[in-house]
Amino acid sequence: MILLLALLILVPAAAAMLRRNLVHSALLLVLSWAGLAAFYLWSGAEFVAFAQVLVYVGAVSMVVLFAVLLTRQNPDRAAPPDAAARLRAGAAVLTAAAVGAVIGHAILATPLPAAAGAPPVLTVRQLGLELMGRHAGSLLVIGALLTVALLGAVVLAAAEPGEKPGGKP
Amino acid sequence: MSPLHLCLLLSTGLFCIGLAGALSRSNAILVLLGIELMLNAANLNFIAFWRYGPAPSAGAGVVFVIFTIAVAAAEAAVGLALVIALHRHRRNLRLPEATRLKG
Amino acid sequence: MPPAPIFATLDPDRAFLERAPLLVRDFVTGLFPPSLQWLAGNLLAVVVIVLFFASLFALLTLAERKILGRIQNRPGPNRTGPAGLLQPLADAVKTLVKEDIVPRAADQVLHFLAPVVLVSLALMAFAVLPYGRHLVPVELDAAVLYFFAAGAATELAVFMAGWASRNKYSLLAAMRALAQLISYELPLLLSVVPVVMLAGTLSTTGIVAAQAGWTYGVIPHWHVLTPWGAAGFLLFFVSALAESNRSPFDLPEAESELIAGHLTEYSGFKYALFFMAEYFGMTALCGMGVTLFLGGWQAPCAFLEFIPSYAWFFAKLLLLLGVFMWIRGTLPRLRIDQLTRFAWKFLVPLALINLGTAAFWQLSAGWSGPALQLARWLVALALVAGPFTLLGRRLSAGVAPRTYRYAA
Repeated sequence: MILLLALLILVPAAAAMLRRNLVHSALLLVLSWAGLAAFYLWSGAEFVAFAQVLVYVGAVSMVVLFAVLLTRQNPDRAAPPDAAARLRAGAAVLTAAAVGAVIGHAILATPLPAAAGAPPVLTVRQLGLELMGRHAGSLLVIGALLTVALLGAVVLAAAEPGEKPGGKP
Repeated sequence: MSPLHLCLLLSTGLFCIGLAGALSRSNAILVLLGIELMLNAANLNFIAFWRYGPAPSAGAGVVFVIFTIAVAAAEAAVGLALVIALHRHRRNLRLPEATRLKG
Repeated sequence: MPPAPIFATLDPDRAFLERAPLLVRDFVTGLFPPSLQWLAGNLLAVVVIVLFFASLFALLTLAERKILGRIQNRPGPNRTGPAGLLQPLADAVKTLVKEDIVPRAADQVLHFLAPVVLVSLALMAFAVLPYGRHLVPVELDAAVLYFFAAGAATELAVFMAGWASRNKYSLLAAMRALAQLISYELPLLLSVVPVVMLAGTLSTTGIVAAQAGWTYGVIPHWHVLTPWGAAGFLLFFVSALAESNRSPFDLPEAESELIAGHLTEYSGFKYALFFMAEYFGMTALCGMGVTLFLGGWQAPCAFLEFIPSYAWFFAKLLLLLGVFMWIRGTLPRLRIDQLTRFAWKFLVPLALINLGTAAFWQLSAGWSGPALQLARWLVALALVAGPFTLLGRRLSAGVAPRTYRYAA
């Protein structure tokens, strides 16, 4: 089961990073995010799974797609990868592979508890009480962070005064 | 190999894909998406440890993931606003060419 | 001990009609070997939901055309079958045999996937609605969240349809549709939050259970009959109209100004699938509205409980759908700037204020005695009505009331 989920998560993610078409990349990533939600569901974290779908598949993907369309360039102007880009890609893959090898080795070398029994039960009510009780401070900070991020995003993306929307700079 | 090992390896794979993508691609949007993937890999770890870890506490892992999702959403919004601002100044999204802080 | 109700002659929990669907299900699953009964039960639920709502969709299209016809002083479809009753069948045959045209430049895979994804996501939303006392296909602890997650994912399909067509009108219309869907998602979710807050649960069954009971046996304890619930229901209803692309918010496919929006390049059965998904989305949102605000499957009066609960649910559902059609026949379409302004400057602030009203209602739940009760109602009503009139005045300043010179 977990191997199937791993396929569902990793293959679209890898394909997304390889595609040249940005919209395809974004949609493949959405598939990968949905796979992650399936993983959460399988682990028994129902609430997180639905939150993942709501936030990533519903909201973040939309923001990404809007950004892709708003910054679209002529497809024929996209230059084929030059030597520098190829070098960078090779170095990046090597780095990632090295990091992966180190972490993977560390994981395999660590004795971890064998399969646990039933998944821990967490009702939404318990979760809410925990959020409002022990983590109330963090919740407030997150709320403030989201507000600031919203305002910041609007300020950054808004056209500057005097500049015609969509006009050439 | 226990299920926890498998989950951690899966998350490592996801993290490496995100890392490779963020380092190799020159398009700003794809770099951001690579970073999102790495955050997702971290989330996966939280849930895996919550599910299989030694003596799972009632909700610590899940609460952590909820906070991370919120932060990731904020990061995506601000990051993509930056991308749009970058596009407005330079008419392209190639990060290697975006070397100046002043527009 | 409460006085025994006069009219209750039988326990509604045990009544035969109430249990009939369960008996049928047990009979059908009993035909399978025990190891497969779990699977058979779930498959049966899926098949029944798909068949039932597909036929409801067929009937709704007919009803809509008939009702719109009557509103516009024409008979509506009346040629196929007795009184036009076979019209949906004729439509189905027509769309099935029509040529399916895919533009050569289109992104073939995405162009095909978009309607499929849309319909399957729209169908998924039906899984958590409580249709009756014992009729919940899937009991989820976070059912409301699941419902809106499935709804949010449909936006993706709209984008896929518009982008994959490789047609600039499709793409522009898809962007417009997305702007609308995202804008109205916020008031939709915010209008649901008070219900979740007061019921203290995200499970649809729990929310229906929170609306059980009657005052004096005739006034039901539905959320819509409280000040915050009434305001919340109105907000939910308007946002639901917009989320399901219904008039007066049917900009995404405004036939008379954009060719057909993101559906321009779709024909034949794929177009029918989009149409179906729209009706499914509308029905599911109405069902959610019934569950959240109109008491779900609860009967309106204690002595009407002998009618099975699923009949009440579908009666309320059909009533809401009828209002949707009525509105479509009555109101003109908004402009895109009016649409977004309405969402962000009117619905969202009101939904936030409504959250405060609901919090007040919750805090004052312990007030007893007629004077305090009256004060509670008055304060809550003022909290609802005050901002509504003020914001409405400000928003329509300089625009309304309009006088039509040539109107009779």
